[in-house]
Amino acid sequence: MNQGDQIELKVTPDPYLTYRYAGASGDFNPIHIDEGFAKQVGLPGRILHGLWTMAQVARAHTDAAGGPDKLRRLSVQFRGIGQLGQEIVVSGTVTEVNDGVAAVESQAEQAGQRIIRNGRAEIAA
Amino acid sequence: MAANPSAVGKSYPPSTYVVGREKIREYAAAVGETNPLYFDVDAARAAGYGDLVAPPMFAVVFGAPSVGPAILDPDVGIDFARMLHAGQEFVWGPLVVAGDEITTTATVKDISDRGGMNFFVFETVSQNQNGETVCTGTWSQIVRGG
Repeated sequence: MNQGDQIELKVTPDPYLTYRYAGASGDFNPIHIDEGFAKQVGLPGRILHGLWTMAQVARAHTDAAGGPDKLRRLSVQFRGIGQLGQEIVVSGTVTEVNDGVAAVESQAEQAGQRIIRNGRAEIAA
Repeated sequence: MAANPSAVGKSYPPSTYVVGREKIREYAAAVGETNPLYFDVDAARAAGYGDLVAPPMFAVVFGAPSVGPAILDPDVGIDFARMLHAGQEFVWGPLVVAGDEITTTATVKDISDRGGMNFFVFETVSQNQNGETVCTGTWSQIVRGG
């Protein structure tokens, strides 16, 4: 990877995704799987797991880097609410390459809202 | 509920997780992965791995049983209903493969009160059966004031 390289990944979470991810991850927080509960606590409905969205950011990096062994570090901040049925666009830029390690800054955007910001990754270049 | 900084430094009993092939496939499918390393044992072995490779973010699966009790610990004092996942960091070592036995220890790293919101930071350190650190996780939670 070289300085200035761009990475991008687009994905649209289907309406049943949060059930599958809850089972796969073990995170059964009702805000992700119970429409009534989610509305009761002031959310528009069931929302995405932040760590699922982070996994999309991670996948954008490992796909671009050529494999999972290249990803050394990833940190993100979660903001707002990730919604079902709306496209998410992960985008990132290689900001520098030093000693064989590429630094990547990234974000994930959905419906004009940055639901992940300040993504910072280190990838073996 | 007020933040209780006296819990900083508290550690929890390690949890051990044995990584299974079907769990890797289930997780990889749920997050939309298509890399054959996560699904096809022959492809993983041809690439030099002992068995199916776990995606890096599979660290959530073996880390959660350790960080969960810390988040729910009354000594820490998180009001779960008001908790938001604010940030996450993972630093990875050698890749995890099916059959690995991963032991994770969670620690309370920081508790602070800023602008009416309580901040809680937990760390998980996960090691494989060879004593190699495969992942260090930093889990940051915010609890909104009430």
